[in-house]
Amino acid sequence: MMLPLSIALAHLRSRRRQTMVSVLGVALGVSVFIAMTGLMAGFQNFFRGQLIDSNPHVVVTDEVRRPAPQPLVLLHPQAAVEVTRILPRDPVRGIANASAILDALSAMPGVAAAPTLRGQMLLRRAGRDYAVSAIGIDPVLEMRVTALAKDMKQGSLEALGTRPDGVVMGLPLAEKMGAGLGDTISVATAAGGESVLRVVGLFRTGLEQQDLGQVYVSLNRQQSMQARPRVVNEIHIRLADLSRSIPIAELIEGRWGYKAAPWEETFARVLEVFLLQNLIIYGTTGSILLVAGFGIFNIISTVVTEKARDIAIMRSVGMPRGSVVATFIMEGLAVGAMGVAAGWLMGWGAASLIETFPAPGADPGMTLTVAQTPFSYGLAGAIAMASAVVAAWLPARKAARTDPLSIIRGAA
Amino acid sequence: MKPVLRTVGLGRVLPGPVPVTLVSEVTLDFARASFSVITGPSGSGKSSLLYLLGLLDVPTAGEVFVDGTPTAAMDDAERTRMRLAAFGFVFQFHFLLPEFTVLDNVMLPMRQLGRLSAPEMRARGMALLEALDMAEQAHKRPDALSGGQRQRTAVARALANDPPVVLADEPTGSLDTRNAAAVFSVLGGLVAEGRTVIAVTHDEGLAGMAQRRIHLVDGRVVRDGMQE
Repeated sequence: MMLPLSIALAHLRSRRRQTMVSVLGVALGVSVFIAMTGLMAGFQNFFRGQLIDSNPHVVVTDEVRRPAPQPLVLLHPQAAVEVTRILPRDPVRGIANASAILDALSAMPGVAAAPTLRGQMLLRRAGRDYAVSAIGIDPVLEMRVTALAKDMKQGSLEALGTRPDGVVMGLPLAEKMGAGLGDTISVATAAGGESVLRVVGLFRTGLEQQDLGQVYVSLNRQQSMQARPRVVNEIHIRLADLSRSIPIAELIEGRWGYKAAPWEETFARVLEVFLLQNLIIYGTTGSILLVAGFGIFNIISTVVTEKARDIAIMRSVGMPRGSVVATFIMEGLAVGAMGVAAGWLMGWGAASLIETFPAPGADPGMTLTVAQTPFSYGLAGAIAMASAVVAAWLPARKAARTDPLSIIRGAA
Repeated sequence: MKPVLRTVGLGRVLPGPVPVTLVSEVTLDFARASFSVITGPSGSGKSSLLYLLGLLDVPTAGEVFVDGTPTAAMDDAERTRMRLAAFGFVFQFHFLLPEFTVLDNVMLPMRQLGRLSAPEMRARGMALLEALDMAEQAHKRPDALSGGQRQRTAVARALANDPPVVLADEPTGSLDTRNAAAVFSVLGGLVAEGRTVIAVTHDEGLAGMAQRRIHLVDGRVVRDGMQE
């Protein structure tokens, strides 16, 4: 292989400018791939991190995935029976034996659990109504299952423990309502409960659905306003090992029958969007790399045409067809390898530069994140090298098929 | 003694709407340490015969035996391997690789054969260049050489793998009289080393230096005899 390689490198050295242009094409493709996929991955990691930080890893609700089989179906298993529009017996619902479940969950290693009551609430201020989802929490326990405390911009979540009439809301919602820390807000619920709450905390998670659509009150207050005394309809769970979310959820469903949704299920739509984004970005940047392969095809084809006499003499002195193919494949590989190396460097530089840009819409001081991983560098390199081999293959085959006699006779 | 090269009923026809017969019914033996020239008018099939002898072309009739080994059933890879070990070629144009130095060009067949180590290849290459008075040009590129120097480099390359047979196709065709005589003298000297040299030439004066003359007309051997 050394002889084909030295001939390949000699060919490339003799056409320095064209070689550099082809190398630059590959390098640009690799660097764009690294920067763009890294930017997308950085955004997705940030968003995913915010979802995971700001929300429980598993949420147990007072629902079941499938309704229990009805007595009529059990009585006549072979009959054609269909029971529809099954209504819960207890309109109040809630998770039965929530305390026992909470104790059992908290006893599991690496598991923290907190009780909540979620219900709809109408906020009224300055003559305008705002429908939100209100979550009644035990602030001490809740802070163990979400990282909402780090998103607090004013006030605190703990204030709900000392101010029973307190409410913690998103800063964007407060700004929309024209309210600030310490202001009072009228609230009403479907159960007929009307009250006045005082703003004791403001948060910003960066997730619009939470910042504009969710508020936190004390659990006792929520149970009172929703007319559901001592009811808990959600248990929020946080795990020390995030990868256990699905197994833990399955265990809970199997043991207590209530629906337990891991975060992957809760945010499945978001994850699907991420998948689509990845397909688009990888497809686009991968195409750029394939186009760079045309540059390699061009230079190898030109070399094969110009080196017809060299090929003839190499064949006549005993170089087999396979070595001729190897020579030109190696030219493509050499251009590809140089382009990949330069592209890695340029990609790292571009990523570093992008990370100095401010993140639009984020808190001041926050910059864009570019996720640089060995996988993205490796994938960019692999696509570029594969493109180089394919691009060199056709002209290499043409070179191997060159009839040395036709060249020799033509030269005489 | 077994001939180093033998042809039996060798023929080559170029296919096409009107087939062209390049060589027909050529039966020849070439002894070791002999110097033969192939002569004839233009288009008589001289070069075609040479290429068939050197396994660069495939006959459409007959067969070539290299040191007793039949070649008719060989595929391209086998013919290439035999060509690498058994033959050295010198063409009218030097066909040196322009990106490589004189020494690298000479070492090309050795590197392909792969029997010698790098230092051994360099030593053998320099020895060949020394014998052809080209040692001082070893590290120059072909474009820095004269026509005669390039052709001597091509001769050195042809001898790289110590082949028993050297085939030369109009080796002096692009050289002046002085250089031409020098190259032919070199080829003649190879016979003294025990090699078989077969050369195609138009030059009657140079042809007279050979031991044997094979004269072709229209692809057939019309005269084949030893010379004084």
